[in-house]
This record gives sequence, structure tokens and C-alpha cells, in this order.
Amino acid sequence: MTGGSLFLETFFNPTIIARYLPDILKGMLVTVEVAACVIVTGIALGLALAVVRSFRLRAVNFLIIVLVDVLRALPPLVIVLIVYFGLPNVGITLPSFAVLWLVLSLVLAAFAEEVFWAGIVSVRKGQWEAGRCTGMTEFQTLCWIVLPQAIRLTVPPLTNRTIAITKNTALGTVIGVPEILNQATTAQSFSGSATPLMMGALAYLVLFIPVVIVGRWIETRFAWRRG
Amino acid sequence: MLDIRALRKTFGAVEVLKGIDLKVARQELVFIIGPSGSGKSTLLRCMNRLEEPSDGSIFVDGVDLLSPKTDINLMRRKLGMVFQSFNLYPHKNALGNVTLALRKVLRKSAAEAEAIAMAALDRVGLKEKAGNFPSQLSGGQQQRVAIARAIALEPTVLLFDEPTSALDPELAGSVLAAMGDLKKAGMTMVVVSHEMRFARDFADRVVFMENGEVVQDGPPAVLFGPDAHPRVKAFLSELSH
Repeated sequence: MTGGSLFLETFFNPTIIARYLPDILKGMLVTVEVAACVIVTGIALGLALAVVRSFRLRAVNFLIIVLVDVLRALPPLVIVLIVYFGLPNVGITLPSFAVLWLVLSLVLAAFAEEVFWAGIVSVRKGQWEAGRCTGMTEFQTLCWIVLPQAIRLTVPPLTNRTIAITKNTALGTVIGVPEILNQATTAQSFSGSATPLMMGALAYLVLFIPVVIVGRWIETRFAWRRG
Repeated sequence: MLDIRALRKTFGAVEVLKGIDLKVARQELVFIIGPSGSGKSTLLRCMNRLEEPSDGSIFVDGVDLLSPKTDINLMRRKLGMVFQSFNLYPHKNALGNVTLALRKVLRKSAAEAEAIAMAALDRVGLKEKAGNFPSQLSGGQQQRVAIARAIALEPTVLLFDEPTSALDPELAGSVLAAMGDLKKAGMTMVVVSHEMRFARDFADRVVFMENGEVVQDGPPAVLFGPDAHPRVKAFLSELSH
């Protein structure tokens, strides 16, 4: 057997591909579901935290900063394991899908909060004053004047961060969420072939390359109206 | 209309306003001059509580502005403000800059807000620029949009904080012309500025401030004439050099 055909036999075995393609496709669906849920709740929660932080209530902000820093410092896998294996000890049992969703949402929210906060802070003080001088409340000024500018500034870093955290859906495999990597490793251990892993990798590319491209498009689109 | 009594403002240990008394009558244009650091901008910013006065009182149309019971948001829309740095909303076009408060504060319908905003933009000569974003407007045009944004809310007093200081002289002219038109239309105005020609032509009273105090308050003919306080004369001759 030549090197080339050995490579193809190992990573692109047609019979294995045919046998496990349905499983990998099912895994892709689960990955998309988790990722979509994480993006929506993570960014929404991050924005909400940044808005709360802008009211500058000392005690509340202290809690937000501690929460955000802890979530950003811990490896997401550690949090996934603690929540999945730890919470049942205090009587809370969550399905693995929910654990993955919850943990990744919190991690994305922590990073998103920092990005949104940086955006809010970077909007010049005069913008707040202009809004308040037309009789708008602080909250109205935040919603209609400051946030639209802040969010525009935050789109590029937020896009990158969102992609990075959504890829962490692969961590679901250690707690049995039937996403792509879980399906691929299961298939790999049943078949003894590395082909399912390669299928998994391709599945990630199929899902995330469009996301990366859309991210780049959003970045350029939001950049040119500024300045 | 506007009645300020014994107004004090301290920043830490520094007393920036040391008991200011100032009355502005309806339709009057009061022009405040003075060296930088004299407290004139701080005084103006106290008039709508962008800065919180430390002591004293401000009455607007008989309403105690500093009372905790006073709805400051309601009062602020009666106290229009024009800033040195324009502070237009960069994400909104000229029309959107003017309609925002009409929609969100006065709760006007979209059509009504647009009609009011177009009339306001027309008054400052920028009807054709309604669709332009601030980045597509000159400094003078931006400042006139800011004036339109303020007058659209029909304020009882307009406060100007060095409205032309960030502009080249030729661009400042269009802003001063718009301000002159407002004065002729009967707007009550308080202007902090160094545009002495404008003061001579349009001000009813000129107030000279130094070190947080009013040194002289009188008609332009007096402050720009031989009977001016020696400090005023010194300041004006310094300025013309």
C-alpha cells in the first residue's frame, strides 16, 4: 500500500464515511442548536450586564466585575465539569445540553460584557450631555445615543470572541452532548478508524467557515459608516 | 425668566463660582465674557444642571431648578444647549439628530417630528442637508444642526457654550448669522463666547466674569465703551492683541 492510499484509507475511508455520515449530520444539528442558543443568550446577557454596569452602582458593579473576571479566567472545560458533576450533589440535575448552553452562555456573556462596556466607555461624554440636554433620561440616552455607537465599535472584537466561544461547543463531548465531536469520537471507537474524526473536522469547517466569512463581512460593513 | 442667586460651585477645594447673581429677562440676549478659568462655562453648565451647583438658587420661569421635586428632564428640554464641540449624534443624519428627542421625549409621531425638524433645519438654512450625516457636514453646518436640534424642542432659553470656538472664522459666520436670526425672532439666549462683534450687535447685556465673580454687568455700549471697569478694559485690550 502506498503512502497516499494509506492516508486516504485512514482518513477518508468511503465505507466508514457512508456508515457514519448520518451520525455526523445529527451531531452538526446539535452543534448548530447549542451554538445558536449560546450566541443569543450570551450576547443578550453580556449586553444586559454592561447596561446595568453603566448605572455605576458600586456594589452591583463589584459583583459584575468579580463574576466576569472569574468566568474569563477559568478554562470553560473546568466550568463545564464543575457544573455537570458538581450541581447534582446539591440536588440540581441539569441535562447535559442545558449545562453546555448555560456554561458557554455565561462565558460568552462575560467576554461580551467587557467588550460592550469598553464600547460604552469609549463614547464621548458630550454625547451623554447632548442627550440629557434635550430632556432624555439617562436610560433613554444610553439606549438611543450611546449604545448604537458603542455597539458599532464592538462588532469586530465581539465577532471574533463569539466565534472563539461557539467553537467550545466541542467541550460538550465530555459530558455526552451528542454534538459533532461526540458523534465523531463514538464512531471512531466503534470503527477503529480515524475517518470519523476527519469527518468531524470537516463538519466544523462547513459550519464555521461561513460564520468567519459573515463575521468579516459584518466587520467591514460596520467599519465604513464610522468616522 | 431666568433668575440666579448667590450661585456657588466648588470642585474639590477650588471654588469656581463665588456667589453669582444673574437675571435674564424674556427675549433678552445676555452675553458672558471673561478670561478662561473665570467660571463662565461652569456657570452656563449649572443653568441646566450639567454641573450640580454647590449652593445658591436658580429659578426658571418661577420653577426652582435645584429643588429635588423638580423634574430635571422636563426642565432641560426648556433649556436648550449648544456645545462648543457640537456633540451631534454621529450615527444619525441631520434630520435624525433633530427628531430623536421629539420622538422619544415629546412622543411625537414620526410624521409630526419630521415636519417640526424640517422647519427647524430650515430656520438655520440646512433644509437640503437633512439627509446628511454629521461626518458629511462642515463644522459650521454641524453647529447649525445642533442649534436646530435645540430649537425644535421650543426651549424658553437657549444656552450657548462657546458655539464658534471650534470653528474657522468663515464657518463661524454662518453660525453667528443663525444666532442673530434667533435673537431677532425673540429667543431668550445666554451666550458664552469671545465673538465681541456679535456681542456688540446683538447682546442686550454683557456680563464680564473673572475668578468666579461677576465684575461688571451692563449694556454692550458700557462694557465696550470708556466707562468699562478697568478689568474689562484690560481683558478686551489683551484679546485684541
